[in-house]
Amino acid sequence: MDTLTAAGLVAGRRARRRREVRGLVGRRLLWTVPLLVMISLGLFVLADASPFDPLVGYLGDRYQFTSTAQREAITAALQLDQGWWSAWTAWLADVALGDLGHSRSYAMPVASVVAERLPWTLLLSATGLVIAVALGLAGGLVAAFRPGSWVDRVASGLALIAQAVPPFVLALAAVVVGALALGWFPAGGARPVVGAVTWVGVAHHLVLPALVLGVSQTPWLLLTVRAEATEALASDPVRGAVTRGVGWAQVVRGHVLPAALVPLVTLVGVRLPELIVGAVLVEEVFAWPGLAAALVTSARTLDLPLLAFLTVTSTALVLLGSLLADLAYLAIDPRVRADD
Amino acid sequence: MVSRPTLALAGLLTAAALALSACTAPSVPPAAAATQDGIVLADGSDLGGYNPINGYGELGVSPLYDGLLALHSTNPDALPTFAPALATALPTHNADFTEWTVPLRSGVTFHDGTPFDAADVIATYEAVLDPASASEIASAFEMISTVTATGDRVTFTLKYPYADFPARLLLAIAPSEKLTGGPASESSLNREPIGTGPYQLTELTADKAVFTANADYWGGAPQVASLTTVHLPDDNTRALRVKAGEFDGTSIPPTLASAFTDAPGFRVVSAKSADWRGVSLPADSAFTRDPQVRIALNLAVDRQAMLDTVLMGHGTLAHTPVSAVYGEVFDPSAVFAHDPDGAKALLDRAGWTPGADGVRAKGGERAAFTVAYNPSDTVRRDLATAFAADLKAIGVEVTLEALGWDKIEPRIGDLGILLGGGDKPYSIDTQVHAALHTPMAGTSVWDNPGRFGTPALDAALNQARRTADGPTRTALYRAVQAEYLTDPSYVMLVFVDHTYVVRDGGWQRGPLTIEPHAHGVAWGPWWNLAAWTR
Repeated sequence: MDTLTAAGLVAGRRARRRREVRGLVGRRLLWTVPLLVMISLGLFVLADASPFDPLVGYLGDRYQFTSTAQREAITAALQLDQGWWSAWTAWLADVALGDLGHSRSYAMPVASVVAERLPWTLLLSATGLVIAVALGLAGGLVAAFRPGSWVDRVASGLALIAQAVPPFVLALAAVVVGALALGWFPAGGARPVVGAVTWVGVAHHLVLPALVLGVSQTPWLLLTVRAEATEALASDPVRGAVTRGVGWAQVVRGHVLPAALVPLVTLVGVRLPELIVGAVLVEEVFAWPGLAAALVTSARTLDLPLLAFLTVTSTALVLLGSLLADLAYLAIDPRVRADD
Repeated sequence: MVSRPTLALAGLLTAAALALSACTAPSVPPAAAATQDGIVLADGSDLGGYNPINGYGELGVSPLYDGLLALHSTNPDALPTFAPALATALPTHNADFTEWTVPLRSGVTFHDGTPFDAADVIATYEAVLDPASASEIASAFEMISTVTATGDRVTFTLKYPYADFPARLLLAIAPSEKLTGGPASESSLNREPIGTGPYQLTELTADKAVFTANADYWGGAPQVASLTTVHLPDDNTRALRVKAGEFDGTSIPPTLASAFTDAPGFRVVSAKSADWRGVSLPADSAFTRDPQVRIALNLAVDRQAMLDTVLMGHGTLAHTPVSAVYGEVFDPSAVFAHDPDGAKALLDRAGWTPGADGVRAKGGERAAFTVAYNPSDTVRRDLATAFAADLKAIGVEVTLEALGWDKIEPRIGDLGILLGGGDKPYSIDTQVHAALHTPMAGTSVWDNPGRFGTPALDAALNQARRTADGPTRTALYRAVQAEYLTDPSYVMLVFVDHTYVVRDGGWQRGPLTIEPHAHGVAWGPWWNLAAWTR
């Protein structure tokens, strides 16, 4: 009886949607865990096959002053000589019990390294992403409204150029212009070197790196939004609405934006790895105290507990990004079925 | 007519510009102004790792810790002397230098309030020697057999006579309560150091460390109230930001120092060291096994040109591992003149005559070998290149190869290596013994990789090790240098100076000291920060 009313129909559809979402999340998680385990295994095998001696990273310049016997003692005490199988199983067992292990290169627990640096990386990446989405949406919409106009030519042209420039080149250019020539912003670091951490101080340091990261991620967003919006503008509903005298604001809100948003959300999810890689390069140039430096250091010194955690976490982030994108897709577009 | 989207974009850009200008408004005050009584330095090396068991403060220079002895410098060009620190007097020794006794200072407390006593000294030295610590510096203390205490006196018993032992008493002392065993890299001291030193660590994050004056310091509270060290690994970035006024100083390579010669308020200072760069010669080459050849190679290199072009003059010439900083012990006449013609004549006499390809040969063996250098060090790369060019001029072929230490080691017999030395310069024995002595059981392959040397050289080195400082010992080390000239095991090139920029800031800084191989803002003008006055 109930299912025959309109409200009942809606409720039934919602329930099905919830089941679909639960199924999607469940399926993804089911193969995420084995995938992450395999990736960590691959990392330990590769590290074991690496021709580099982890002691070179650990001892640095002292390597040439350390006797062979002493180096053997250090290798034994730090258990650097165990094969990949026992190193990996020991690491996995510790991680399963909640112990991320100890970072040799930073001489502190992996959890502390991450806790100290993750917030800075999140701040930079999130700000960069917001800038990229804002610039991409605004630029793409404007370009789509006036195809072939100077605004479109400039926006699309800049986007194509920016896509060809690697983030670190952009970062160096930003330092040269914004910090050295104009002197408006600091050339590096995340906060003033003296005194307490203030929002103003951090924001001042955040401007250049976040802009660089945002601008470097803008092109693909802008070009996608432009293409989708152009298509939407040419569609019958929009033409009809414009003919009927519906205001631009309403047309954009009601038709163009939703049409452009769906692929945008997917793209953001899929492009998350690129954002992370971009953040690594930008962090290096700006001496940003985030995870990038830790990733580089741990790879250079074969600091396995730290390297493995960072690798597995970034893989997990990528998977999470694509899951979130799919969920957002579900929420935005009613035509999408989660069990497809 | 302007369309709405264009207006929207204009509005967005204006908002962004406003946001940016809002950010610029509270401009960052210059560091020096913000810290009247503190200083802020940019450091290229990593922060943290403040554990003496792994070599931090190994030579008694650290704001956080004290050793039993400390360096005392009155002349930046001569080796510093030792002064009692956590000891109350210089150590005494038995007749054959196998037992050293140190009286300890009383009434000293660590930063956490626990009192300093003999147990801390014993625990520190035992932790360094404990294989489970995996200490990076254990090799340097291998002569120690036992460390024992009687009241407030600590006695070190050695495995063999060692007259230069006081240099091993510079090691920073950590509290026994914090030395709980296990690898030194996992100790809490790395991040939460507890020492007796003039400063204590009050903040440590990924990008900076703050050291605050210890008001209860046994040597008197320091006048410089705080030291902030910011981690900036890139040399160029560091130089730029120091010049922009963000920092009170940093360590920079000599090539960047010239940018500061006209920077107002900054001074470039250059600290001497016994940190040599030289080329070891391959042990398994018929060419370099000939002592006459090794003399010829020493005559062929233009050390002055290397000093001028590679180090921009920031260094001194090296002919033997003994530098002028060793004072009386250094023999100024122990030099190889730059004499390429003499080198050629010597090679001719030894039977190494020019072949058809311009490279000398003797009985089918070519006068050719490979020199390896560490690719991360541009100074070594440039010196190796200059070395190869100088040798080419006398008909010797040197092939260069950039290799990491772990790649060099398996091929060590076949390679010449661009080596560095002088990691513990405050003992002449440490500076020369391992580098020049013929290989002994248990020594590193990196000590004397060419496995050269003579019985006379060994005898003088071993005799000097058992002789108290004085004319007899001086004569022995001069004999070492004379003997080395007749049978050199390396081609020593230069001793490098370490260059720093420092803001004047009105402080009386005291003399620089001779520096070891490792350096950074713990050294330079800041090595005795606690003694600065204004």
